[in-house]
Amino acid sequence: MSLILFIEQMLNGVQFGVMLFLMAAGLTLIFGVMGLINLAHGSLYMVGAFAASWAAGLTGSFLLGLIAALTAAAAAGALIEVAVIRRLYARGHLDQVLATFALILILSEGTRWVFGSLPLFLEIPPYLSGPVRLPGGIQYPLYRLAIIVAGVMVAAGLFALIARTRIGIQIRAGEADREMIGALGVNIAALYTVVFALGAALAGLAGALIGAIQSVQVGMGEPVLILAFVVIVIGGIGSIKGALVGALLVGLTDTMGRFLLPVAFAQVMAPAAATAVGSALASMAIYILMALVLIFRPRGLYGVA
Amino acid sequence: MIVRTLAMAGALSLAAAGAQAEIKVGMITTLSGGGAGLGIDVRDGFMLALEQSGRDDISVVIEDDQRKPDIAVQLSDKMIQSEKVDVLTGIIWSNLAMAVVPGAVAQGKFYLSPNAGPSALAGKGCHPNYFNVAWQNDNLHEAAGAYANDAGYKNSFILAPNYPAGVDALTGYKRFFKGALAGEVYTQLGQTDYAAEIAQIRASGADSVFFFLPGGMGISFLKQYADSGVGLPVVGPAFSFDQGILQAVGDAALGVVNTSQWSKDIDNPANVAFVASFQEKYGRLPSLYASQGFDTANLMLSALKVAEPSDADAFRAALEAADFASTRGKFAFGPNHHPIQDIYVREVIKEGDIYTNKIIGVALKDHADAYAVECKM
Repeated sequence: MSLILFIEQMLNGVQFGVMLFLMAAGLTLIFGVMGLINLAHGSLYMVGAFAASWAAGLTGSFLLGLIAALTAAAAAGALIEVAVIRRLYARGHLDQVLATFALILILSEGTRWVFGSLPLFLEIPPYLSGPVRLPGGIQYPLYRLAIIVAGVMVAAGLFALIARTRIGIQIRAGEADREMIGALGVNIAALYTVVFALGAALAGLAGALIGAIQSVQVGMGEPVLILAFVVIVIGGIGSIKGALVGALLVGLTDTMGRFLLPVAFAQVMAPAAATAVGSALASMAIYILMALVLIFRPRGLYGVA
Repeated sequence: MIVRTLAMAGALSLAAAGAQAEIKVGMITTLSGGGAGLGIDVRDGFMLALEQSGRDDISVVIEDDQRKPDIAVQLSDKMIQSEKVDVLTGIIWSNLAMAVVPGAVAQGKFYLSPNAGPSALAGKGCHPNYFNVAWQNDNLHEAAGAYANDAGYKNSFILAPNYPAGVDALTGYKRFFKGALAGEVYTQLGQTDYAAEIAQIRASGADSVFFFLPGGMGISFLKQYADSGVGLPVVGPAFSFDQGILQAVGDAALGVVNTSQWSKDIDNPANVAFVASFQEKYGRLPSLYASQGFDTANLMLSALKVAEPSDADAFRAALEAADFASTRGKFAFGPNHHPIQDIYVREVIKEGDIYTNKIIGVALKDHADAYAVECKM
């Protein structure tokens, strides 16, 4: 195992983590501000990917595809919030889970109705395709580097938004005391719609960025949703900083586990058995990580007691 | 949902009602969720063949299994007990087939598999009333191994998802491939990011890559692999290169070699007519799954000409004879009721704006499966 391979895998882990952050940030924001468990977050990821694929196919521009993804996901988010979610704030988590699970089914089959069952095509734009040579002779796909950069920019923007803007103050105040900011004259209903649309837009952006290197198909959001939940549980539900740290931890653990565990087991057993055991254990690694974090910090790394 | 096939529009169901006993077919297949494209193709191919037969005494009950074994079992119970079907068909996934088929054939029903071919049902678990019209699961992977030898590959990196069919795939490839293995990796089922595996391929010193990643997994892998610039030749079974998937992969699939028992350019009258009529009716090119559905229906129709399913021995003998014009050309059943057939090597090309496959050779001639010897019927 060479150092180059090791560094390449670290980059892969960071890239995966950055992607997870885009999903987890919206999820944790919505939970933190509104106390809502939104299972349909993965569907908004799918909406973003489909919108990007549709717009990019129509115009030939990946950038317009990204804009379409942001717009469509935010619009879908706002619509869902006004039509369905708004009725759920006062209810228990079980009702929220049921209703948002129903939304998954509606959005999935609705998307199938519009676009059909076959996967759609979304391509990496030519100016971002192919590998680049990094210092040290590492060949790395340019598009994945671009994803890392985009993710870091979004993270910085999000922190600035929350720390320095008026709406950020309202979001933080909403997390701390819902009734009080209502009494102070902040339009809670509008704030909730904006936060939900913001979370949806982030999910849509993630869907569009990832859609270019994966398959754009119905149901693509659910596997990512599960990982995003692991991330926010590790990071502490409601904490954006926790989502960032948790996402990077999960991304690195998953990637390095898949890479290193089979190698490690090969030191002590036959290669075929090592591959089987290593792969099996690698797919459990992030859940073991989650369990360990919860044993020592039951509310997650940055969760508030 | 009951679909009654009416060849002549004017005939309506009045003609069929009250006439001789209807034959009832139960189709359990995947019509929603991630794997729906496969089930829809099997269904459309099957229904096309029924329509072309002009028979109006066959009714088909079609139900969606949602790719869930428990639902498939419920559906088969319902079809056998309340719908009283004579023949069952339609299942796409091996784990669903394992849940449904043994019970259905034990109750005296016939099961014709248009896709799933788990090794357990080909060897010791074979049954006189179970027929597989597609392939035994290992077949296309064995052909890929044979092709890799012909192409002169000496050192393959192989990967598949960590589930029974994935293990079968790598076993099948290794059964025929004579070279060494630069690496062997099991990925997670449903995994969508292959950066870690591609980095390992790059570092492994392999001269070729074999992968079995059906559906969306294959799309993701191929796009990421093409973008990584690794550039080693790739071989795989047709499942990642069927007509439904190729358009989503795009240029990344061009030139990739894959193995299949069917291709739209196999030159025989049955296939030419099938491709043309499928395209006319559904407005898209057929996939290998559609061809399997079409062949399954035609096999059943050929047997129905000879005997009714109620006369089980005669109907079984008629199925075994496989006296129908397969889209694959030559088609026969082995002793375990699995196909003996040629498996082709195809290359992905672009015809106009459409990505599709072209046959470039034959990987294995008259290929049977490795489990037939274990089957005692």
